Amino acid sequence: MSDPSDAGRFGEFGGRFVPETLVPACQELEAAFREAWGDPIFRGELDAVLREYAGRPSILTECRQLGEQLGIRLVLKREDLNHTGSHKINNVLGQTLLAKRMGKKRIVAETGAGQHGVASATAAALLGLECKVYMGAVDVERQALNVFRMKLLGAEVEAVHSGSRTLKDAVNEAMRDWVATVESTHYCLGSVMGPHPYPWMVREFHRVIGDEAREQMRERFGNDPDVVVACVGGGSNAIGIFSGFVDTNARLVGVEPAGGAAVGRGQPGVVHGMRSYLMQDEYGQVLEAHSVSAGLDYPGVGPEHSYLASIGRAEYPSVNDAEVIAAFQLLARTEGIIPALECAHALAWIVRAAPSLAGQTILMNLSGRGDKDVGQMMEILGS
Amino acid sequence: MTHLEDHLRAVRANGRKILVPYVTGGLSGWEDAVRAAAASGADAIEIGIPFSDPVMDGPVIQEASQRALDRGATPVTILQSVRHLDVGVPLVVMCYYNSVHHPGHERFASQLKEAGVSGAIIPDLPLEESGPWCEAADELGLATVMLAAPTAPDDRLPRICARARGFVYSVGLLGVTGERSALAGTATALARRLKAVTDVPVVVGVGVSNAEQAVEACRVADGVVQGASVVRRLLEEGPDSVGEYVSIVRRALDAG
Repeated sequence: MSDPSDAGRFGEFGGRFVPETLVPACQELEAAFREAWGDPIFRGELDAVLREYAGRPSILTECRQLGEQLGIRLVLKREDLNHTGSHKINNVLGQTLLAKRMGKKRIVAETGAGQHGVASATAAALLGLECKVYMGAVDVERQALNVFRMKLLGAEVEAVHSGSRTLKDAVNEAMRDWVATVESTHYCLGSVMGPHPYPWMVREFHRVIGDEAREQMRERFGNDPDVVVACVGGGSNAIGIFSGFVDTNARLVGVEPAGGAAVGRGQPGVVHGMRSYLMQDEYGQVLEAHSVSAGLDYPGVGPEHSYLASIGRAEYPSVNDAEVIAAFQLLARTEGIIPALECAHALAWIVRAAPSLAGQTILMNLSGRGDKDVGQMMEILGS
Repeated sequence: MTHLEDHLRAVRANGRKILVPYVTGGLSGWEDAVRAAAASGADAIEIGIPFSDPVMDGPVIQEASQRALDRGATPVTILQSVRHLDVGVPLVVMCYYNSVHHPGHERFASQLKEAGVSGAIIPDLPLEESGPWCEAADELGLATVMLAAPTAPDDRLPRICARARGFVYSVGLLGVTGERSALAGTATALARRLKAVTDVPVVVGVGVSNAEQAVEACRVADGVVQGASVVRRLLEEGPDSVGEYVSIVRRALDAG
């Protein structure tokens, strides 16, 4: 994938729409990342911690039963097996190592489902950084286990009661914190969104998913996949796996929740520092997203996804909660893998599209494990 | 030079400190609050256009924005009301950039012009992203007030000031809008740095919370914005208390 322009643009998307207070911090972060990313010592440090702490490389698993049932070859990239249970650790280890290098003592983070919050709290514990996580009050309620996990790891968790009390409001509150603490604090943003350099930097930290998967697919099956599928909220796991295949012939599919379909139903807008597709009303007020999965309840999307959609390189269908709940159970029963509700979106699309994919090889990013969702599913399905 | 800047330079030339109260548009009683502020010694008034995601605002203005949105306020309804507010001082809107981006730069600029607004403050539109909007605003003689923050290195301030019209909004502290018990040291420090590089009026806002702090800021700056302290009074006590508060600050500034 190509790097953004000097102004942080992917085509007409991206940019740096932040309060003036944060402009120097974004510039400093961009310079620090550029320098670190070109430094073999930093890269070696990150590779070592990804290998020896996070458990990389993550494996590929072929779903033989489910593949046969759907008439496709279905292969999962197992990011759920990383330490902390999702792909989020890749980005967080990169950002916290960078924050240390920049002399920051504290990180703030936003979280939806709690996966990024847990990963941030984990990396902060590992590297001796103070950590505060903002989480929408609605999400604190439905992801109580992850809240407790973050506290166990020594992070402070603050419930956000403004707006829709979900991920979008957690981002607002984390940005407000950063505006006040920018001199000592790094904002450890959890997706390929926000002001430049975040969409680019977070993609670079996650491209390890796609780079590994491409090599593993060629080694094991001798081919690139026909289709690469991932769920999209902000879009970090999707951009990570797409990175490995954007220059192949593979079809790239990012699956959004029907209640948070920024690319599918949004228009270009500006919030959280970036110009991208955004769900908004006729006056530009940002709409609330609704889905069964807290991690995808976001009305915007990373700017590079907007760009990939605008040039027709990737497609962004959406699935509804009922399809997601069915897919969640299907993977558990046929393959013995309980996926995160977020990834169940990707699988739900595969199930729906399977008749048109007969005989094809589908690579799906299983970006997180479903342990955190078991309580919620118990309520939905009844015990 | 824009109408807003002519006016504020004239205020300064008369030896008077510039007082700019802020009122969230669409709140119950907001038009009366604007009238009361104008009658009580305001030199210009900021009208906030409420946005769903106000990242530069603390709890008071967040609450005000939410209440205004819940009452059905939109940029269109607020600008319609502004058109009929003949208060005799320049009005400036303060809005987040998506409210500009959504209708489009030219269309939003002409909506402001038609409503009789003199300029705009867009807190999430920094210098590097401001080009297209400024072009549309300049075309219609609308002032784009640029913000300068304590984090700016020295070489950035002259570039911000060169692009500022009306006044330079000198952000008083590291943080979001809201009242504080004391004026931050950064408030006068940044105002001093700005005064050294520009003759555009320098007005301190964010964290200037009462008459005493306004006087302190104005020992260096040309004026102050009074935001959360005004909005809190409007929320809690209504438009009359806004008028009373603005006259107290006015008197304090005039007494020096």
